[in-house]
Amino acid sequence: MAEAAKATQAVKGEHGYHGNVHERSKALMEAWAAESARRARTGEPSATIMISGNCVEILRAFDIHPLFPEVSALQMAIRKQSLPLILKAEQVGYSSDNCAYVKADIGYLLSGGYGPEGTLPRPALVLCNYVGRNVYVKWFEHLAEFTKAPLYVLDIPFLREARPSPDDVAYVVRQLREVIALCEGITGKRFDIDRLREILAYSARAEEGWVRAKELCKAHPAPFDAYFDSINMMGPINVLRGTRECAEFFDAAVPEYEGMVARGEGPLPEERFRTVVEGPPPYPYYRSFRNLFAKWGAVAVQSTYSTVGGIWEFGFRHDPERPLESIAEQMLVQNLTNRSLLDRYGQIRAYVEGWRADALVIHSIKSCRLFSAGQGDMREYFTKELGVPTLLVESDLEDPRYYAEAQMRNRIDAFFEALEHKKVMGR
Amino acid sequence: MTFEAIVEECRARLARPPGEVAATWKAEHPGGRAIGCFPVYTPLELIHAAGALPLAVAGGGTTVELTHADSRFQSFVCSIAKTTLELGFQGRLAGLDGVLFHSICDVARNLSSVMRRNFPDLFVEYLHLPQNTASEAAVDYLEAEYRRLLARLEGLVGHPVTDDDLARSILAHNWRRGLLRRLYAFRAQAPHLLSLAECALLTRAAGAMPVESYGPLLEAALVALGAREGRLKDRVRVVVEGAFCEQPPLGLLEVIEEAGCYVLDDDLMTGWRWFTEDVPVDGAPLRALAEAYRDRSEYSSIRHDWRKPKAQGLLEKVRRAGADAVLFLPAKFCEPALFDYVLYREALEREGIPHLVVEFEEKQWTFERTRNEIETFVESLLFD
Repeated sequence: MAEAAKATQAVKGEHGYHGNVHERSKALMEAWAAESARRARTGEPSATIMISGNCVEILRAFDIHPLFPEVSALQMAIRKQSLPLILKAEQVGYSSDNCAYVKADIGYLLSGGYGPEGTLPRPALVLCNYVGRNVYVKWFEHLAEFTKAPLYVLDIPFLREARPSPDDVAYVVRQLREVIALCEGITGKRFDIDRLREILAYSARAEEGWVRAKELCKAHPAPFDAYFDSINMMGPINVLRGTRECAEFFDAAVPEYEGMVARGEGPLPEERFRTVVEGPPPYPYYRSFRNLFAKWGAVAVQSTYSTVGGIWEFGFRHDPERPLESIAEQMLVQNLTNRSLLDRYGQIRAYVEGWRADALVIHSIKSCRLFSAGQGDMREYFTKELGVPTLLVESDLEDPRYYAEAQMRNRIDAFFEALEHKKVMGR
Repeated sequence: MTFEAIVEECRARLARPPGEVAATWKAEHPGGRAIGCFPVYTPLELIHAAGALPLAVAGGGTTVELTHADSRFQSFVCSIAKTTLELGFQGRLAGLDGVLFHSICDVARNLSSVMRRNFPDLFVEYLHLPQNTASEAAVDYLEAEYRRLLARLEGLVGHPVTDDDLARSILAHNWRRGLLRRLYAFRAQAPHLLSLAECALLTRAAGAMPVESYGPLLEAALVALGAREGRLKDRVRVVVEGAFCEQPPLGLLEVIEEAGCYVLDDDLMTGWRWFTEDVPVDGAPLRALAEAYRDRSEYSSIRHDWRKPKAQGLLEKVRRAGADAVLFLPAKFCEPALFDYVLYREALEREGIPHLVVEFEEKQWTFERTRNEIETFVESLLFD
């Protein structure tokens, strides 16, 4: 009974999820969406690009507005609007086994979402940063086909060894120059390297803030949930990286979190379990999923999903002194998707040890095989070789049909009950 | 040897797991190395030039029961990934010194990691083939990537590989691919004399034996085919598309024809055929292979060439073959094939070319529903 009362109290503690960081993030993202809608009407240039290891700074150097179909798709899911769009895409031939992010985006496009009557502009360029995930290529190939916009696939060699070879870097830099030439053609503007350096300086400032915020989660309790609340920082760092607003957002976020650490505050009334979470969240059931952990006082102190756009925790920053080379480095090395599954094991292990987590939670999603294929082996590695208690649950990040609440609750409850028992016995 | 005997010889060779084939070959070639090649395309010339034996490692079909691999890969992952891993767990890859993967899809990418962790003694290499073939930089990059792979292979076999070695290997594989092109050309002209299943067995055998013994076998098959006789029946002439990685069970291939189709062209085992014409041997070999990958490759769901949409490649294939329809045969959960279907379908409908989708799994063993679907499709075309 005491446990149940504590759990109820924890759920009531949802107010802790919000705060200034959340509000500021929301305002910035709304402004980005408004700019997208404005450009849909005016026809000023925009380009689609992926979140993972991208070169958004180059687009900014030409005032080309970046569109992120992954972000649009997740927003549709979180607003519970994704299913009709997924079904619309399936009507034109997409399989139920295809990535639902793609289907929601294409469904939106087929519903008139892109163009003067929609909320997203028809892109002047479909710029596919192919960073490890093959679905990106297919997605943007389809976007280009349906919008009739020019397509450029920026091919990033997968990280096959500890470091990319000089040939890998040269290949990416040569392609970045081709992208620059394309942008010059689209905008009629000459490339200004000093402008790019300024933008990269903003990127580096934001990255520094991002890292400091995530480092603060080493505190007990962590000041925010590095999985569920990270979304408040992922919006700015990924969508607005390279802008003054983004840098200022992090300038303000860090002291806020520092204050929480100083006061011993966390997102829940009590932090009873510290987890590292692997895999994207089920956006159609974001809050519901979160509450299944909150009721146990489980707080994520690190997450891999938050590093899809970039891994900055281990020292990398964009460098205005090496503009194209540092962009290439981030695309090649410093993001989750262009690294092997074994590199991810290493990243998670560093999180579990460095952030002193009690357990690993793997949310396996059907849509994204890059994330999920082989997560059974990951569980095997962490439980059997490292002795880290690991929970693996399955649903999807976009398609609500794959979320089974009762089953999910049972598995999570059983896992934390066992973990609690272990904790008690270990005392 | 009769044609039928050659086909049976291929069937027998394919019944042996790659590890066993490798072990036999290594016993006959002391000090030799054998490398498994996961689909789709592998630059076999590099392995061959290093004196090693390239073998297809492409799942276990119905020959393997999953006991461990399904705990590593989820239910929504294609069968080939799981059965390939299972072959490893069951020791049926023992004999191979390594396995090569490349950037075909997200599952294959992760499989390479899982293989590396679970079989630490295996040489597991991942090749990144360029996906921006329209860029001038792609050939330079690929040549460098081949050089990197070659250096790794040299480390494995313990001796350097010369340009002459590579040129000889290109010639050997040009010969093999040329024979396969002749086999396919024969079937396009006389599909009643070479069934889809026979053609598939002959093609798959390329991945189960050394090129030096495969070439003469296929030459003999072509000679024997020339003597075959038969009567052309009233069937729907189709192109099969989408089975470029996981291979359909032979029973399914038989059902396609029994249900009333002639298959004029397909993309089965496309990686072992790959080039539309010979790779030149008059220049630097790695450069020639890289240029051939850019300019002489067959279109494929796993190779993106922004200079020419894949759908255009399919339409040209259909027209060249004089086919009436397209039969899509994607493996269950195969994202590249399932995604491409959308754009293929759009192009085919624009051109008024009928098509049918039939998903399969390599482990599938009953085909009655599929037979019914294809028969209905065929009847709708024959009696329309």
